[in-house]
Amino acid sequence: MFSADLLANAVVAGVLLGGFYAAVAIGLAIVFGQLDIVNIAHPAFVIVGAFTAYILNSRFGFDPVLVGLLAAPVFFIAGVLLYRIYFIAFERTGQESLSGLAFFFGVMFIIEVSLIMAYGVDYRLVQADYIGRVWSIGFVDFPLRMLVPFSVSALLTAGIYLYLSRTFLGSAIQAVAQDRLALQLMGADPVRIKQWAFGLGIATAAIAGSLLIIIGPVEPSVGRQYIGRAFAIVVLGGMGSIPGMFIAALILGIVESMVSTFAGPSWSPAVAFGVLALTLALRPAGLFGRT
Amino acid sequence: MKSTVFWGALATIFAAGLALTGVVQNEYYYNALYLILQGTLMAVAWNVLGGFTGYVNFGSAGFFALGAYTTVALNKALGLPLPLLILVAGVVGGLVGVGLGYLTLRLKGVYFAIATLAMSIVIETLVVNWSYVGGAKGSYMLTPDTHLWFDSYIQMLFVVMLLLTLAAVAISRMLNSSRLGRGLSAIRDDEVAAECAGVPTLRLKLVSTSVMGAMMGVAGAPFPYFVTFVDPLSAFNLFIAVNAIAMPMIGGTAHWIGPVIGALLLGTTQEIVKVTISSEMNVLIVGVMLVAFITLAPQGIVGLARKLRRGRPK
Repeated sequence: MFSADLLANAVVAGVLLGGFYAAVAIGLAIVFGQLDIVNIAHPAFVIVGAFTAYILNSRFGFDPVLVGLLAAPVFFIAGVLLYRIYFIAFERTGQESLSGLAFFFGVMFIIEVSLIMAYGVDYRLVQADYIGRVWSIGFVDFPLRMLVPFSVSALLTAGIYLYLSRTFLGSAIQAVAQDRLALQLMGADPVRIKQWAFGLGIATAAIAGSLLIIIGPVEPSVGRQYIGRAFAIVVLGGMGSIPGMFIAALILGIVESMVSTFAGPSWSPAVAFGVLALTLALRPAGLFGRT
Repeated sequence: MKSTVFWGALATIFAAGLALTGVVQNEYYYNALYLILQGTLMAVAWNVLGGFTGYVNFGSAGFFALGAYTTVALNKALGLPLPLLILVAGVVGGLVGVGLGYLTLRLKGVYFAIATLAMSIVIETLVVNWSYVGGAKGSYMLTPDTHLWFDSYIQMLFVVMLLLTLAAVAISRMLNSSRLGRGLSAIRDDEVAAECAGVPTLRLKLVSTSVMGAMMGVAGAPFPYFVTFVDPLSAFNLFIAVNAIAMPMIGGTAHWIGPVIGALLLGTTQEIVKVTISSEMNVLIVGVMLVAFITLAPQGIVGLARKLRRGRPK
């Protein structure tokens, strides 16, 4: 049962999977980690991204990753609008905790049911010539349907990291996260910066969605499994730290891959929540937390 | 509401329910009423923690399924009668609720809410991998032949559910208007301040979570008999969790009557939409109503009514 090549393959598959998880979690690392907005509807936006890729791919034959990049600006605008509603209804009145949570829960539910009404509960997939191919080094397999998402996700993570640390707006976003009042006293408008950051977070969901559907077929309610994963990664990564998020994503990917190789795939949904519960109970600041 | 009026109203409703079984034969109505009552019971239960104490529970479906699967397991193992099954399901739900209560020591606000969702998925994974109760395939329940003096089994289930729901409403009202309830709302408004003022916060939170868990377990216990086929997909349905949140939010969370109003309104709308339009539409409506109400009327219907009364010139 236990063998070296099985283990090596499980680890490699886990790293590739974890890299992809980073793409799902990065939007949440900005929105939840930096802005403290509990957008549990984020995975639902990822599914919308996946369906966008499916529609444009099956109708016009566009490459899914290209669709993700093209859809990102549209998602950005949707994110900005959603944040406007959230701000006016909850943040301004100071009710973001209970009502805000329920609001995003409702949004998630509406997105999921709308997709089911429009496309049914069938699994959808995309066509691209690299999807079936596998590169092998020794006895270790690198399926391209995992390697492509991993690479795109790593680039996305690096891009967002550079954006947040090197550009003026990026620093502004981190400033909002640190001290909103101080930013206001400097004459900047925290609401507009948060709006921009929220849009950015949702825009990453378009790319994450296109990667999700490259990995495997997608149906509307798949998003729910990613709630736990994305939150586990953000919390484990230390709330808003982008490098921490990426490492946490790799850890989760490897653990999940191990569990599903050695215990069976039906156990893997519980892994993310197990990791989340352990982190919250033992080290709430995460691995790289700003304690 | 005065106590005598309240108890009178409960007795009247129960009597009306009993009388209904003597008059109406069509099984559809009992199906619809059962679902509305199940929603009400879940909403009342959610509100004990969410509304009175201010801890959001996204994992209602997990507690509900605990009740349902307690029934499946015990019915298969021992063949217990329904009242005992309900009792055991309540105990199981209550115990898991106590566990959740201890979780509040470390987790506040958002983290608590996510942890409840996590708990629900962990329980689901356990059930999926537990072949004794059917695993992912699900399992069938045989409807017993005996149904007291009622014409059909569904009529009896309806009366059972009515009794459970009325009991839950009574308990919720008692919690809301007692000394304990004031302690709970102190926790909701400011937990640290409450602790400093000498409110035994942990003990009160444990009461709150265990009552919620027990009520939800009880709500799930008759479910396998109602649907006759249970699988993880139906028992852990997100729809149950969304309903349990939406109903109190729409009705108003601060007062015990809020979830009841919300559940009756939303539940009835759902049943009508299910018949007249489609069952997908019925699911969508919950989401839309939830979002609309929390954005436009955050205090729910009870809050709106209060505002109207205050705004009226004397």
